[in-house]
Amino acid sequence: MSLDAKIPGGQLADKWTTYKNNVKLVNPSNKRKLEIIVVGTGLAGASAAATLGELGYKVKVFCFQDSPRRAHSIAAQGGINAAKNYKNDGDSVYRLFYDTIKGGDFRAREANVHRLAEVSVNIIDQCVAQGVPFAREYGGLLDNRSFGGAQVSRTFYARGQTGQQLLIGAYQALERQVGLGNVQQFSRHEMLDIVNIDGKARGIIARDLVTGKLERHFGHAVLLCTGGYGNVFYLSTNAMGSNVTAAWKAYKRGAYFGNPCYTQIHPTCIPVSGDYQSKLTLMSESLRNDGRVWVPKSKEDAQAIREGRKKPTDIAEEDRDYYLERKYPSYGNLAPRDISSRAAKEACDDGRGVGESGLAVYLDFADAIKRLGKHVIEERYGNLFEMYAHITAEDPYTVPMRIYPAVHYTMGGLWVDYDLMTTVPGLYALGEANFSDHGANRLGASALMQGLADGYFVIPYTIGAYLSGEIFTKAIPTDHPAFEEAEKHVQDTLNTLLSIQGNKSVDQYHKELGKIMWDYCGMARTAEGLLKARDMVRKLRAEFWQNVRVTGKADELNQDLEKAMRVADFLELGELMIVDAYERNESCGGHFRVEYQEEGEAKRNDDQYAYVAAWEFRGIDNDPVMHKEELKYETVKLATRSYK
Amino acid sequence: MNVKLRVWRQRNAQEQGKLVDYAINDVSPNMSFLEMIDVLNESLVAKGEAPIAFDHDCREGICGMCSMYINGRAHGPQKLSTTCQLYMRNFSDGETITIEPFRAKGFPVLRDLVVDRSAFDRIIAAGGFISASTGQAQDANAIPIAKAQADMAMDAAACIGCGACVAACKNASAMLFVSAKVSHLALLPQGDPERKRRALAMVAQMDAEGFGSCTNTYACEAECPKGISVANIARLNREYLNAAIASEEMPK
Repeated sequence: MSLDAKIPGGQLADKWTTYKNNVKLVNPSNKRKLEIIVVGTGLAGASAAATLGELGYKVKVFCFQDSPRRAHSIAAQGGINAAKNYKNDGDSVYRLFYDTIKGGDFRAREANVHRLAEVSVNIIDQCVAQGVPFAREYGGLLDNRSFGGAQVSRTFYARGQTGQQLLIGAYQALERQVGLGNVQQFSRHEMLDIVNIDGKARGIIARDLVTGKLERHFGHAVLLCTGGYGNVFYLSTNAMGSNVTAAWKAYKRGAYFGNPCYTQIHPTCIPVSGDYQSKLTLMSESLRNDGRVWVPKSKEDAQAIREGRKKPTDIAEEDRDYYLERKYPSYGNLAPRDISSRAAKEACDDGRGVGESGLAVYLDFADAIKRLGKHVIEERYGNLFEMYAHITAEDPYTVPMRIYPAVHYTMGGLWVDYDLMTTVPGLYALGEANFSDHGANRLGASALMQGLADGYFVIPYTIGAYLSGEIFTKAIPTDHPAFEEAEKHVQDTLNTLLSIQGNKSVDQYHKELGKIMWDYCGMARTAEGLLKARDMVRKLRAEFWQNVRVTGKADELNQDLEKAMRVADFLELGELMIVDAYERNESCGGHFRVEYQEEGEAKRNDDQYAYVAAWEFRGIDNDPVMHKEELKYETVKLATRSYK
Repeated sequence: MNVKLRVWRQRNAQEQGKLVDYAINDVSPNMSFLEMIDVLNESLVAKGEAPIAFDHDCREGICGMCSMYINGRAHGPQKLSTTCQLYMRNFSDGETITIEPFRAKGFPVLRDLVVDRSAFDRIIAAGGFISASTGQAQDANAIPIAKAQADMAMDAAACIGCGACVAACKNASAMLFVSAKVSHLALLPQGDPERKRRALAMVAQMDAEGFGSCTNTYACEAECPKGISVANIARLNREYLNAAIASEEMPK
C-alpha cells in the first residue's frame, strides 16, 4: 500500500482554510445515526468526545481509569503554547510553526505543524470560555512565560498544574455531554482489540475491569487517543497504567506505526533512588526559566559531593560549570529537551555527576531567589518545590535540586494522514498516540497544544470527510463473525497468560525489558548495541510466554492480569523501536546514534533520512516492513539545528 | 526498617472482607508508601497469592486515583499529601500500619482497597461545567479577570476529585468536593449565567448519590491533599440559598 498523507494543495498558510472550506459535511440528522468510539480520555480523547457529542454524533468513550479525569494529561505541569503574541515580542503563527519544525529537528510534516500553530490561538480562547483558570496579571489579562526551544513568551499556564486544569476543562465539557445523553461513558474499561470489517475499523473489544467481562462495541469510526508508550522503559514519567496496548492492537490489525524510535528523554526529573522505584517524577521544564543547571568543573569536587564530604554550597562560583549557558549561550538553560538531556548525560559520563549515584546534575535557584525574592519563586513554582521536598526530603529553596533525564514522551506513534486517519479506514489516532506533529523531538508546552488541537479543532472537521460516506451504513450487529473472532482472540490471550503459572512476575519482565531499552535504545544508541538488544528482547519475550506467573482469574478485578496484557505488548513494541532505531542511520532530535555526531551534536542526514518510517506488521516472527513517507519541505529550508 | 501491615482484603463487592496481617522487612525510608505495597505484592505473587488491589496511576499526587485510609486517615498521616506522595520515612521501624479502603455509602468497595467513585462524575455531569461548546469562544483576553479573583478560582479548581473529603467526614458528606467546583466556576465571569442552575443541580445529584450532610467539623479540609478550604462550603451555601430563593428554573 502506498502512503498518501493527503496533504491539501495550495500555499502552506492556506491549506487548512482551504481544506475546511471544501471538506464534506454531515447534516445534523445523519450525525445522530453515526456512532463514534473514542478510546482514552486525556486531552485529545476528552476534547474529541465532548466536541463530537456537541456536534450531535453518538459517542462512546472508554478509559481504563475510574474516571476520565485521571488520564495522564493531568500531570503536565508547565504550560501550553499558543501564538497569541499577547506579549508583543514578535510571536506569530509562522514562528510557532517554525520553532516546532526546528525543535523537531526537521522530521515533522509541514502542513500538520502549520495547522497546529494556526489553531493554537483558538485553544486558549476555548479553554478560557470553559473556565480554565490560567494565570493572570494584575490588569486581569493572561500571563505568559517562556519555555525551552523558543525565544518568545508564548506559554499559557495555570500554576504548575496546567495539564490538570486543561484536562478538567475538557472533562467537564465531556461530562456535560454525558449528562445530555450524547456521550456514553465506560470507565474502568480497557480496549483490547480493534474489529475490522471489510477493511474498515468498525468497533472494539473492551474488558470491563471490574467484572472481567469482555464486551463488543460497534462504531462507524474508532478514535484512539491513548497516549504514548514511554512505559516500555519501565521507569518513566508516565502514569503507572499508561500503555501501548490500544495502539499496538491497531498496529497488529493493519495500522502502520510511525517513527517508533523517537523518544523524548526529559532533562529535569528527580533522579532514581533505589531498585524498588516504580516511576520517575518530572520537575517542570518551566523551572529552567529561573533555575541554573550546573555540575562542578572538577571531577574531584564532584566525587567529594558524591561521598558527602562537600555540599553543593561549598563549591565556589568559579568552580562551577554552568554547562548549558557555556555551550548554548543564546538559549542557555532554555535549550531544548533533547539537547539538555544529552548535555547532562555527558557531564555525568565525564565523572562530574552529583548525588549518591553520580547520575544527577544541579538545578539551582539561589540566583533567582536573590534577584526576585523567595515569595516570587514560591508563587511561580511552589507546588513543584513542595513535591520535590516530599520525595527527596530536601528543601530546594536552600539546597539546589538534583535532576537527571528520564523518559517522558514518545513522538512516535500510529502513522496518520492529514485527516488523522491511520492506514485502516475509519481508524483515527489523536494526541500522543499518533506520530504527527513533533518530528524527532517535542518542544515543551506543545503536547497539551497538540492534544487539544486534535480533539477540539481538527477531528471535528476531518472526520466528516470519512463519515459523510458512511451515512448509509447501518450499525453492524456485534454478533458479526469479526466481533466473534476478535473477542475469542482476546479471551484466548487472557486464558494463556493465566495458564502459564511460571516462576517470574509480570513486573520482573517489565523491569528487565526496561533495562534493555534504556541501556541500548535510550539516550545514546549504536548499531552494535541495537542488534544485541533486539536479540535480548526476543529472548525475553519468548521466556515471558513460557515462564510468567499471573495470579487470579479472568472474570474478576485482576490488576495483575491487566498489567500482564500491557507488558506482553511492550515486549513486542520494544523490538520494533529497536528495529526502527537501527534502520535510522543518523542522529536527529531524541534519536541519538553515537556513530553520527559532529562535535558532540546530533548529525542529521537529510539526503537519505528526511522521511517518516511507517512500519507494517507482518506477523510477530517476521520482520516488519518499512514504508517511507518522504517529508517535503516547501516553505522551510532544512538547516543544522543550532541553539548556540 | 521493618513494618507490619493490617490490610483490608475483600474479593468483590458482594463478599465479606476482613483485615489480614502481613510483615514486610528491609523497607527503605526513601520508598514511597505505594512502592512498599508493590514490594509486598511481588512477594504475594511469588507465593501464588492474589496481590492487594489498590487504585493508583500518576504517582505524582495529581490524578486523584490513589485513595485508602492509612492508620484511620485518608491518604495517611502527612498533611497536604496524597497516598502516592507519602514516603516510608514518615513511619517508624516496627510500626503496625492499618490500611483500609475509603468507607462511604457513595463509594462502594469493588475489591480490597479499590472503591467506586463514579458518583463524582455524575455530580459533575449534573452541572459542574460551563456550557461553552467548542467554537463559541471569544478572544481569551476579552474578559479581564482580577488576579485575586482568578487566583481564588484556581485555589478551588485545584481539587483532584480523590474523595478524601468524603472519607474523612463522619457523615460522608461530599460538600467540599461539590463546593470546590461550584466556587471555581461561580468565581469566574464565564460561569455566571449558569451559577444558579449549577448549584441546584449539583446539590440535587449529590443528595441522590447518598452522600451525607455537612455539620461543619472541617475534617474534610484537614485531610484534603490539596488544601481546599471550607470557605468554599460557605460559598456553596450562599450560592445554593440564593438559587433556591431566586432561581427562575428548578432542575428536573
